[in-house]
Amino acid sequence: MKVTFWGTRGSLASAGPETVRFGGDTACVQVVGSDGTCIVLDAGTGIRRLGDALIDSPRIDVLLTHLHMDHIQGLGFFAPLFREGLEVHIWGPQSTTQDLRTRLTRYLSPPLFPIRMRDVASTVMFHNAPNRPVRIGSLEVCAAEIVHPGPTVGYRIQEGGTSIAYLSDHEPALGSRLEGADAPRWTSGSDLAAGVDLLIHDLQYSPDERAQRIGWGHSSSLEAAAFARLVGAKRLAGFHHDPGHDDAAVDRLVAEAAAAAPDIGVFGAREGSTIEL
Amino acid sequence: MAQEPLERILFRQLSSSLAIPIFLVDARGDMAYFNEAAEALLGVRLDEVDEMPFAEWTTAFTPGDDDPDDQAAAEASVEARIDALPLVRAIRSRRPAHGPLEITGADGVVRQLEVTAFPLEGARGRYIGAVAMFWEAAAGA
Repeated sequence: MKVTFWGTRGSLASAGPETVRFGGDTACVQVVGSDGTCIVLDAGTGIRRLGDALIDSPRIDVLLTHLHMDHIQGLGFFAPLFREGLEVHIWGPQSTTQDLRTRLTRYLSPPLFPIRMRDVASTVMFHNAPNRPVRIGSLEVCAAEIVHPGPTVGYRIQEGGTSIAYLSDHEPALGSRLEGADAPRWTSGSDLAAGVDLLIHDLQYSPDERAQRIGWGHSSSLEAAAFARLVGAKRLAGFHHDPGHDDAAVDRLVAEAAAAAPDIGVFGAREGSTIEL
Repeated sequence: MAQEPLERILFRQLSSSLAIPIFLVDARGDMAYFNEAAEALLGVRLDEVDEMPFAEWTTAFTPGDDDPDDQAAAEASVEARIDALPLVRAIRSRRPAHGPLEITGADGVVRQLEVTAFPLEGARGRYIGAVAMFWEAAAGA
């Protein structure tokens, strides 16, 4: 699998010289399987540049974790949507009363967006986040609800013996001490992320910031590190950088997480970087 | 042990902050969690209990409207008494249930209570289990 970060910022795009190393575009990660299968995780503003790079794909699967704006705002600017003959499959969580299509078209329609989904040139298919593992090309995808305000899922993607977990917005400390013998049983996301080669996880706050924002749905540096250790991840990519944090601040948070999880390869996800697994 | 569904994780978190005694079971009816307030009623700490399957806790709870002078009630089958428990009714019918309850704790103390039980329906149509909330029996009840 090849993983490319097209957007790593959380909450709000924040382009500028102070964020140039980690990037200012919001959540979007591309996963490519050995057979060329292309999965796009979230449709934040980073998906615009990805769309320009996807020239030959006959099918693209976009997996949304939830429908907060920083995860869907780029969808209307995703060039493949406007290419005739292309299949775009959009997956994401339904609510208790509305399916994904109904929820998503609240944004992708006037007055918030000038074009309706039914008017795009590609063939768009909507799928509620699956209850069971599904195979997309060479990749197996699992989804499960995780702790974040509103219907939100995380994803696990596997190919052969290689796996990644994507929990972009996640507050596992709400409901768990993240340690102790029974912690895996009572910690959100622990099944999804168990033993993965790469864990892409929310690392938005410093511990002090997190203490002021309990229930907002995100993790501190130390909580991200504790979760990664709990699930036995081999590498942790800190993700969903706070829009108010410059590159130096992100460096500090990643260093805190690395110190708390010395047995795990911890790094901050950088826009434009690619990891081969 | 496999991870609990998100809804039970969050309900456990809420319950741990409540003074109301809470008893949470999974979809099979096996105990998943009870809070500190319920520990006092059950006479046992959660940490001391590895598991409490349906067949175990249902024998500790007795429908509180049993009349000790009623010969028929006394002769009722164990199954019938279990069927009458509000939490069992909630699990099986997936509807709320309320009624009096007598609990014999692990400490041997018998307590007269009322119980409100309701099912937990999770996201994506999943049945998560059921919850019992215990109340001190109202005066004269």
